[in-house]
Amino acid sequence: MKPLREVGIVGWGSYIPKYRVKIEEIARMWGKRGEWVKDDLLIEEKAVNGPDEDTATMSVEAAKNALKRAKVNPKDIGAVFVGTESKPYAVKPTSTIVAEAIGATPYVLAADLEFACKAGTEALQCCLGLVASGMIKYGLAIGADTAQGAPADPLEYSAACGGSAFIIGSSPSEMVARLEGSASYVTDTPDFWRRPQQPYPSHAEAFTGDPAYFKHIREAVQALLSELGLKPSDFDYAVFHQPNGKFPLRIARQLGFTKEQLMPGYLVPWIGNTYAGSSVTGFSAVLDVAKPGQRVLLASYGSGAGSDAFSFVVQDAIIEKQPLAPTVKEYIERKEYIDYAFYAKYRGKIILS
Amino acid sequence: MNLSIPCYWREIPYRYRLEGVKCDNCGKVMYPPRPRCINCGSSKLSKYKLPETGKVLTYSVLYESPNGFEYNIPYVIAIIELDDGTKLLSQITDCPPDKVHVGMAVEAVFRRVATSGDKGIIAYGVKFRPISP
Amino acid sequence: MRKVAIISAGLTKISRHWDKSLQQLFAEALDKALASTKISKADAIFVGNMCAQDLSRQNNLGALIADYSGHLPATSIRIEAACASAGAAILTGYMAVASGLYDVVVAGGVEKLSEMNTKYVTEALGKASNVEYELFYGASFVSLNALMMKLYMETYGVDRTPFAEFAVLMHKNASVNPYAQLPFEITLDKALSSEYIAEPISLYDCAPIGDGAAVLIMCPLEEARKYADSFVEVAGIASATDTVDLASRDDILLLNSTKVAAEKAYKMAKIAPQDIDVVEIHDTFTIMGFVSLESLGVVERGKTPKYVKEGVFEKDGDLPVNPSGGLKASGHPVGATGAYQVAYLTLQLLDAAGKMQVPSPEYGLAQNLAGTASGSYITILKRAR
Repeated sequence: MKPLREVGIVGWGSYIPKYRVKIEEIARMWGKRGEWVKDDLLIEEKAVNGPDEDTATMSVEAAKNALKRAKVNPKDIGAVFVGTESKPYAVKPTSTIVAEAIGATPYVLAADLEFACKAGTEALQCCLGLVASGMIKYGLAIGADTAQGAPADPLEYSAACGGSAFIIGSSPSEMVARLEGSASYVTDTPDFWRRPQQPYPSHAEAFTGDPAYFKHIREAVQALLSELGLKPSDFDYAVFHQPNGKFPLRIARQLGFTKEQLMPGYLVPWIGNTYAGSSVTGFSAVLDVAKPGQRVLLASYGSGAGSDAFSFVVQDAIIEKQPLAPTVKEYIERKEYIDYAFYAKYRGKIILS
Repeated sequence: MNLSIPCYWREIPYRYRLEGVKCDNCGKVMYPPRPRCINCGSSKLSKYKLPETGKVLTYSVLYESPNGFEYNIPYVIAIIELDDGTKLLSQITDCPPDKVHVGMAVEAVFRRVATSGDKGIIAYGVKFRPISP
Repeated sequence: MRKVAIISAGLTKISRHWDKSLQQLFAEALDKALASTKISKADAIFVGNMCAQDLSRQNNLGALIADYSGHLPATSIRIEAACASAGAAILTGYMAVASGLYDVVVAGGVEKLSEMNTKYVTEALGKASNVEYELFYGASFVSLNALMMKLYMETYGVDRTPFAEFAVLMHKNASVNPYAQLPFEITLDKALSSEYIAEPISLYDCAPIGDGAAVLIMCPLEEARKYADSFVEVAGIASATDTVDLASRDDILLLNSTKVAAEKAYKMAKIAPQDIDVVEIHDTFTIMGFVSLESLGVVERGKTPKYVKEGVFEKDGDLPVNPSGGLKASGHPVGATGAYQVAYLTLQLLDAAGKMQVPSPEYGLAQNLAGTASGSYITILKRAR
């Protein structure tokens, strides 16, 4: 999909909560050896929200960081999309809370999107379309989650909290990354899901691999490269969805991308899988360090299932905008370790009378 | 805890965006905003956006809470003096209670404050966290 | 405007009165007060109460009290000013008599905090704050006072010791007060080692939770002898307000409502602060006692710790403070407290305070506060000659 007009990112920002729980601490709870789990998942620790944080609060901070870099008037934002699978309300939009908190209301379009871990890039697609059509001046796309891991389930080691926000615009002088094109590949593939009233998601174990993650990303990226006439070596960076430390390394190899292209956006070992925040926060980390002229591949994956792939070319404005807000690296380095007891308390697993 | 929807809703702009008022007559800044100046009684007031950084003027660590805040115990309440001299009360977050100190530099963050039971609304507000060096 | 006298005081013991409702408790205090007068029925009742609707599910308390205390069809009005409800009721009673509209009135307060579990009491008491900007953030009433205490400690460089010393004095005074909820002495050690409620306020810095009713009978000063053998004069009475939320005040350690009301009351009584011989001040927490003294003009700013240590506030000291044991040890049945303060002073000025008696006081001052002093009600009583 190629836009008719110039469109791209004019501001970006992220938020990762400060609390971390180590893999071996979770393993200790269930009698597993921490070393085995870490080797299996290639994750060291994961980010956990504090008791007063949720997807709305994280989205607000990420959005404010994006606004600092974009330097636009919040009232000029014409759309706010929050992509998440951990909405604070099952019914009532998170996006209106965010829009109100940043001062984008009231003449704004707002909605919450759900597509498992690719809801953030869905939000990005929507904003790119609305801005490129000329219908709105700026759009705000957020991908964030406070993912719940079922106790004793393998996903408990990786389900983490965090998110990123992007302000989309069409003015070339404001752009830090111009969209070359995007491609989406979607099928009804039930690899991971949650029914209403269930506290934790369910998944189909190994089925979440080849028929799900690998197939959809591969198809979306190949469709993108084919449409744009590009090959992996044309890219300086490749960011993939990161459900664990191994999957992104493998898909990169399968598609012909190198470890060097992958590393700047590869965050999962230190923060875990932030679900709808995962690939977009990797992308944010790349924007924190990218140079004008470089090309970035962003490929998300959402269970259920699908992948959105984008090619962006970094623009001159990025240099002066990089220092205007905290970087992903700064958020990763700002941490306080908690034990399983506090992890359970902060994640609301303790029932009070 | 039983939150009134209209009561919560009408304070949203002041709580979410730290908006107060400034008296055009005597210059007094008020947060929360009032319809008349607490200093001179004038009704000529302008919208005023408070700064988002300041320092802790005084604080207390709570070990017993009003209804609805039990899960947060122990938590810290503080009066923060913002960069422009305006004072307001809120919680200190993202900081172990024993690390809070008078004079600590803090910044405003948007956070969950409470919920009205399992079925009611979520109340959001502004808390303050230490500014990372 | 007529001058007003207090001809009698009736008090119940402050404790958990499981067996009596609000209206029964008030009736008990009223009967006690009427007993020492030649009056069987008053023209009006002004009853202070803060928590009836929250803890007893009862509004319309004025009428209910007239009903249960045999005072139908007299005027009966419930007055709410948080913990100063009774002080406000006494001011209202004064205005009723001074204006000439009523002759004999009952002014007092009643509170039953034991009706529900502590967390509901905490929530109810928290409603004295600016609810949307203080209670909203989980600031319990205790924590608001703790903010003042921390600031006081930082500003004047004192630790918790002077506060604990004040608590020890309060308990010593209460140990001979037949109405007190906590009539026992405590050691300094016990006060200092008690657990924190809201740091730095610990258990022994706080008034206890209890029930009680206290009532004053008021009438025109000229006619007092018609109704009773002894009486005291209300020489000065005033009230003032301040911002409800603590953070909106310029000087958080100055109770401006107390300063303004006290100045008005001293002026009305034609005296200076030094002329006061005994005070009953609003020590919900030891810190509130300190800043109250410093806002009344009887102690210089920051000097309370020094005077506590020197024994200035003992019953035989230069300025006896809370010979009853104060809110800390006599008790704090919130909406009734202001009436207890004035009742204790009445007993003092009639030389009828028993073991609580301070030597021949001429003037007594009661200071009743709403919340963190968003309202102050000052009553100055004078010995009648």
